[in-house]
Amino acid sequence: MGSGQGKNLKLTLKVWRQESAADSGKFESYDLDNVSTDMSFLEMMDVLNEKLVLEGNNPVEFDHDCREGICGMCSMVINGNAHGPERATTTCQLHMRRFKDGDTITIEPFRAKAFPVVKDLVVDRGAFDRVVQAGGYISINTGNAQDANNIPISKVDADEAFNSATCIGCGACVAACPNASASLFTAAKISQFALLPQGQPERVERALNMVGQMDKEGFGGCTNIGACSRACPKEISLENIARMNSEYLCSTVKTKS
Amino acid sequence: MSVLDSKVPEGDIREKWDNHRFNMKLVNPANRRKYNVIVVGTGLAGGSAAATMAEQGYNVKSFCIQDSPRRAHSIAAQGGINAAKNYPNDGDSIWRLFYDTVKGGDYRSREANVYRLAQVSNNIIDQCVAQGVPFAREYGGLLDNRSFGGAQVSRTFYARGQTGQQLLLGAYSAMSRQINKGTIEMFNRREMLELVMVDGRARGIIVRNLVTGEVEKHSADAVLLCTGGYGNVFYLSTNAMNSNVTAAWRCHKQGAYFANPCYTQIHPTCIPVSGGYQSKLTLMSESLRNDGRVWVPKEKGDKRHPNDIPASERDYYLERIYPSFGNLVPRDVASRNAKLMADAGKGVGETGVAVYLDFKSSIERIGEDAVRAKYGNLFQMYEKITDENPYKQPMRIYPAVHYTMGGLWVDYNLQSSIPGLFVLGEANFSDHGANRLGASALMQGLSDGYFVAPYTVANYIGSNASELGSMDTGHEEFTKASRAATERLDELIAKDGKRTVDDFHRELGHIMWDKCGMARNSEGLTQAISEIQTLRSDFEKDVKVSGSKDYKNAELEKAGRVSDFLELGELMCRDALERAESCGGHFREESQTDENEAKRDDENFCHVSAWENKGDVKDAVLHKEELKFENVKLTQRSYK
Repeated sequence: MGSGQGKNLKLTLKVWRQESAADSGKFESYDLDNVSTDMSFLEMMDVLNEKLVLEGNNPVEFDHDCREGICGMCSMVINGNAHGPERATTTCQLHMRRFKDGDTITIEPFRAKAFPVVKDLVVDRGAFDRVVQAGGYISINTGNAQDANNIPISKVDADEAFNSATCIGCGACVAACPNASASLFTAAKISQFALLPQGQPERVERALNMVGQMDKEGFGGCTNIGACSRACPKEISLENIARMNSEYLCSTVKTKS
Repeated sequence: MSVLDSKVPEGDIREKWDNHRFNMKLVNPANRRKYNVIVVGTGLAGGSAAATMAEQGYNVKSFCIQDSPRRAHSIAAQGGINAAKNYPNDGDSIWRLFYDTVKGGDYRSREANVYRLAQVSNNIIDQCVAQGVPFAREYGGLLDNRSFGGAQVSRTFYARGQTGQQLLLGAYSAMSRQINKGTIEMFNRREMLELVMVDGRARGIIVRNLVTGEVEKHSADAVLLCTGGYGNVFYLSTNAMNSNVTAAWRCHKQGAYFANPCYTQIHPTCIPVSGGYQSKLTLMSESLRNDGRVWVPKEKGDKRHPNDIPASERDYYLERIYPSFGNLVPRDVASRNAKLMADAGKGVGETGVAVYLDFKSSIERIGEDAVRAKYGNLFQMYEKITDENPYKQPMRIYPAVHYTMGGLWVDYNLQSSIPGLFVLGEANFSDHGANRLGASALMQGLSDGYFVAPYTVANYIGSNASELGSMDTGHEEFTKASRAATERLDELIAKDGKRTVDDFHRELGHIMWDKCGMARNSEGLTQAISEIQTLRSDFEKDVKVSGSKDYKNAELEKAGRVSDFLELGELMCRDALERAESCGGHFREESQTDENEAKRDDENFCHVSAWENKGDVKDAVLHKEELKFENVKLTQRSYK
């Protein structure tokens, strides 16, 4: 397949194994031969797991679902990078052609206080859902809407809102941030609605409540490092965080006056 | 064999839904909070239904298999959502969307359901825009549309190549608002294992908590099943890895009829299979056929690089055979023609099982940047997977299993043959007949969830109020169902054979793809049935499931799902064998026109086949719902 240069790799995998949140966890090493360079990273993990099962061992638990880079379910820190070494790529879209024969690959879960480990490489990202529940929506009941074209929106704003809305909620931003901050995630949602006319009525409460919830969940603060945006598989830009800060500041002022 | 009652209301098709809405029972707003509704699945159908029913005041319990309701596989839908807005002023109307959908489905859908779908399509777009879904817009600030297969108007609304994501996040945000208000109780990482029936009604479900392994009981007054399709029976498909039939199959075993299981959509534009390790296939949106031209070399076995083959030596076969619709013929037609080309030795790429989708003329016409703006994320995904640059050379594509039109049988109210069990979205069978048109799945999921089920479920509750109300999970039926689920888990976990679950799944997939895939015949289907029976008994003897059921265990989850797929696969083959006609995606080689098009047999098969479970799949009993076409004339489909 591909340019017809498919070949096989011999790899050593250092994988984080942890029974449960209560367990302390440790690395285990596994050797894997005949890994085709055309495989995706998760297909390589499938091969490892089939081998472990046949050897009578427990396979490595990891989250994954669509394998198209859009559901946000897959995670993993690969050789120190959330979603691995390739820019703008989720783990499921990473292919083994990015690795070399004889490589040792270190595979860990996303690490953050607000994302406790469930098992092995699986973490609990429920905190993200709660941030959205605090205000990441427009309050409109089904059946209340006017004709869609009654709300013209400039293409520039619509495109910019779309860019923010492409966030897949995977949590790589948190995993990559030395402070384990959820600012990029929260900012993307606040931005999407701040840019759209539909988002205006709840703009003030949304910023206050979502930022408040983010802090409550135990995420760290933003110190403008930018690791989040570099790790983001959808390349959500840091501008979103600037916009969130401005939204939050304005909202604080407005509610005080 | 009984005849099924679809409960389609009387009257002119344009007035059926409005009249029915007026005639349905309501539930007083103050009483709604006394009723519990379970919604299984949080895709477009489940997410929109849960949010809407909670807004109306019911207590909703919502369940999903992933770690968050935002991850359901609706999120992966790329191309768009249809609506009859006629914003481009190119002759669209509710009637035309209805007509195109019935025709596209090769006259095997229920007219009244399809008309209602077309009717509410416009409300869906309004609702989503109001939620802040960032659809593509023109410079004037109004919504943009594009074309999709099977239609000659532009009626598809889109958000780059991520329409499903944006619509799902809209439904997810509506749900999140209700979760915050406490009207939806959300249960993540739960898998439904049994439907609980009390006095002939659906009154609850048994789920496994996928983190702790605990088997839980949940009761309700109505159960809404929104668990998607069963394409993963083929092992390789464009479905998400965790998409499965278990919830629907468990309901089928409790008495819900399974309708038209053999209707499978094989999507024409997917990235071809490359190796035995492959875990899934990736779709390249149908919208690409707006600007891409499909071709193969005219000569068999032409191994030249595609860029070295001059135009005169290329066969743009869709444009040649179907001059009116060209590259935008419906999916089943495009898929079958790709197979015919590959079978004739004209397939391309290393495996010879692919055709080209070429953007060169569009890039020349509108420029690379314009193509990038429309399809950038798809081109990027293609390059990541294949290591080839589609701006510089044509994509290689081949059909892959994508959607299942079959599903649990439902009446006009979306109620299954079990009272109180409603089935929405891809999990039901009703709107797409034997072939679904592009951009219609998102429309149907949201139609069912936002605009249909909230009325019909209320009607069910209002009409049966005296028998509904509080239901204690201490009831013996809950104990029985929970015990059955636990026993099956124990049985699976005890299996210590020599083959992995995936190994069995792959073998099932091969049988299904070879004998119940794009082309089917009586001999192959008969063989497939016996092969699947053997595989099923091998699975019981020889599968190996590691670990314990008392913690997170993906192998155990897969084992339960594959065990159900092994039964479903046989039912699909039986259904395909019984339907000795071709229609839409169901192509029986024995029934084709001189030009290799699907040849229907309206005299004998103008019906829905709904199967009743009687224990073993081989004993399933067929029930028929006759299909009446009073508004669209039954004709041989033509896209020439």
